[in-house]
Amino acid sequence: MQAQGADEALRARYRYWVEAMRPKKPLARNLAWAFGVGGAISEVGQWVQWFFQRQGMSPDQAGTPTAIVLVGLGALATGLGWYDRLTKVAGMGASLPITGFANAMVAPAMEFRSEGLVLGVGAKLFTVAGPVLGWGMAAAFVVGLARLVLGVRI
Amino acid sequence: MTFVWAFVVGGLLCALAQLLLDTSNLTPAHVLVLFVVAGALAGGTGWYHALVKVAGAGASVPLPGFGYTLVKGIGEAVQEKGAWGLFTGGLEAAGGGIKAAVLFGLAAALVFRPRA
Repeated sequence: MQAQGADEALRARYRYWVEAMRPKKPLARNLAWAFGVGGAISEVGQWVQWFFQRQGMSPDQAGTPTAIVLVGLGALATGLGWYDRLTKVAGMGASLPITGFANAMVAPAMEFRSEGLVLGVGAKLFTVAGPVLGWGMAAAFVVGLARLVLGVRI
Repeated sequence: MTFVWAFVVGGLLCALAQLLLDTSNLTPAHVLVLFVVAGALAGGTGWYHALVKVAGAGASVPLPGFGYTLVKGIGEAVQEKGAWGLFTGGLEAAGGGIKAAVLFGLAAALVFRPRA
């Protein structure tokens, strides 16, 4: 009888752990958060770009300073520990915008500071940025080559 | 109107990425790479350019905008200097964001301490 009781307790504990390990957030809520936060960050970007356009830049020219400002904001928020908390809630809503690109570079660089400035900070800076930059460049090269061969203009 | 579309399009792109992440076995890094490549392909067809015109930062701030910027930069460089532009273009167009991320990343790693 006692063994059965222990068995039952074990099962209850197992069920408890399964429940605890199961991702708690439903898909709909994840999507809503991603939409809201991703939209909000894009909106901030639009305001920053508008500011630079007000200084007389074309939307095209304003792209670079806008990217720099957003990357700066993302890096700062990462340094203060805010961005990682945002990513936990908003998922891709925080990771997909360029501020998330900054976060993906800054966060591991900070974390591996203890492994040194060269192999820690210098190398970990590109943990996520490396794949993104590498495959982005490869894809853009192929697309550019295809357009050159086919004679398609911008 | 751009201000409305910026929110909607930026939000939708992120929601789409979240949907892919939640319904597949891909890691976040895989999803990010996929979106950059998708942005480059959409940039090559001219679709992304049309999206940027309507949604502004809603299309250029999310990662596909990065792929689009690379393709656009390559296109401009190719027009300017021919086939060599395939190698030189792209990075100068996207260079501001990349270099900012590298510099700010180094600075943040020196200034801030990670909190557990």
